[in-house]
Amino acid sequence: MTTITMRRIEAKFSQKPDNSMSNGSASKVMEVRNLDAYYGNFRAITDVNMPMRRNAVTAIIGPSGCGKSTLVRCLNRMHELSAGGRIEGQILFDGEDINAPEVDPVELRSRIGMVFQKPNPFPKSIYNNIAFGLKINGFRGNMAEAVEGSLRKAALWDEVKDRLKDSALSLSGGQQQRLCIARAIAIEPEVILMDEPCSALDPIATLAIEDLIRELKEQYSIVIVTHNMQQAARVSDETAFLMVGEDRSGYLVEFDSTEKMFTNPSHEQTEAYITGRFS
Amino acid sequence: MNAPPPTLIGEITAKLGKKWSSWLFAGLAISATGFGVLCLAVLLFVVARDGLGGLDWNFITSFPSRKPEDAGILAALMGTLWVMGLTCLFFVPVGVGAAIYLEEFARRNWFTKLIETNISTLAGVPSVVYGLLGLAVFVFGMNLGSSIVAAAATLTLLVLPITIVASREGLRSVPPSMREAAMALGATKWQAVWHQVLPAGMPAVLTGIILALGRAIGETAPLIAMGAFTSVFFVPTSPTDTFTVLPIQIFSWVARPLPGFQENAASGIVALLIVLLLLNSVAVALRYMYARRRSW
Repeated sequence: MTTITMRRIEAKFSQKPDNSMSNGSASKVMEVRNLDAYYGNFRAITDVNMPMRRNAVTAIIGPSGCGKSTLVRCLNRMHELSAGGRIEGQILFDGEDINAPEVDPVELRSRIGMVFQKPNPFPKSIYNNIAFGLKINGFRGNMAEAVEGSLRKAALWDEVKDRLKDSALSLSGGQQQRLCIARAIAIEPEVILMDEPCSALDPIATLAIEDLIRELKEQYSIVIVTHNMQQAARVSDETAFLMVGEDRSGYLVEFDSTEKMFTNPSHEQTEAYITGRFS
Repeated sequence: MNAPPPTLIGEITAKLGKKWSSWLFAGLAISATGFGVLCLAVLLFVVARDGLGGLDWNFITSFPSRKPEDAGILAALMGTLWVMGLTCLFFVPVGVGAAIYLEEFARRNWFTKLIETNISTLAGVPSVVYGLLGLAVFVFGMNLGSSIVAAAATLTLLVLPITIVASREGLRSVPPSMREAAMALGATKWQAVWHQVLPAGMPAVLTGIILALGRAIGETAPLIAMGAFTSVFFVPTSPTDTFTVLPIQIFSWVARPLPGFQENAASGIVALLIVLLLLNSVAVALRYMYARRRSW
């Protein structure tokens, strides 16, 4: 498994990234089918169905407690690490069920990266934050080049190039979050999951991350959870709106192109939430 | 609604006013700390007054003797260094390993709860019981004799519980987001623990190791119980040699009537403290090195 990952990473670094657009811009990189997610006996989300388009930004919005984070954590099988975490239903990645018994979740997570709500760099140097993911995935190429490449892609290189040996904790919150993005893209995933990546950042750092997201979708498919509707409108191509039901379980109200959602939503609930008339 | 029942603290606050009652409690806490520090200071002063004079090169390089002015601690000092070195070699990997398993890998069920209860109980078992266990299992059972390796194994059992408890605290102090960050990058559980969690929790783990070392170096009873000698006239050269350690030497001197031996005992205590400080300073230096690299 590791050797496959290694070859994949080296191939991506030595050649140009393969043109995913050849499958047609409407191709689905992931698809969620009839997904129920549980914590023990508590069903956190109920019967969610939605696609995630390749090289697009898919936003997941909704009120607190509607299961946005749970949903996104199902996509790279981080949910099963939570106490009592399990799912029913199907999640397809490149057409294959990620919960099939032959799928190794560790290998899967190196293909579906994740950025968390609170920046969580390792208490190590900036350089080693990036190198760690490459090392554990068996990367044998030029490490310094790979680190520089990912820092450039995350628009952080110019700010940190003279202090790569400094602790990542010496960076500002926004820089730390871009470092976490750089760390995620270093291992060349196909999909990047972002769980409210700007919720701990100030407005300027938030705009920097949003610019970055728009650039990154050229190469990656991005799923972003956000409680900020302006953010969803600014960065995403498609939006899913989740609500909390009577049983405290989240369900999908509407999924559509972001433009349609924000100008002419099909459901009254969506309109109420987007315009702020939400109780 | 009934008025809440008056509490002692509530009454004192009402009588003195907020500001003065706050001063009162701060004062009580400070005197409690001061009492501990004062006791330690008096102890150190008395030992230093009686012992520093006798602590010379001759004292360090001599074997025990019937005449107090000729007696020295060479055998006991070397015995202590041997036993402590070997004990470290045993208890650090086993203790930290057990902590990693219990904290990071074990499922929460009745069996792990049983193990946890057992460990906390073992931490409170009198040390002489460990000595008898060592006598039965290591000295006779495994036929190691009253050797350095048997002593190190016995002391390892003695300090394992506190090492495990302290190391687990250390691992628990590392935020779960570190494990998630590593695993989201495709790290296995083991890679996340080894490369991220353990280094981040190292300062606290090392504190546990320092405490365990301090406990082990001062133990006398279990080593006497397992048959360590009092007077040894050679420097041990291998783990299977017989030995004595500083606390046993000090103990045997204290028990003698000649006043010269009392002085020797005080000098021995100073030597023991110096060895302990040297061992701890290594751990403190390591802890500082790890702590400098993290903060959250």
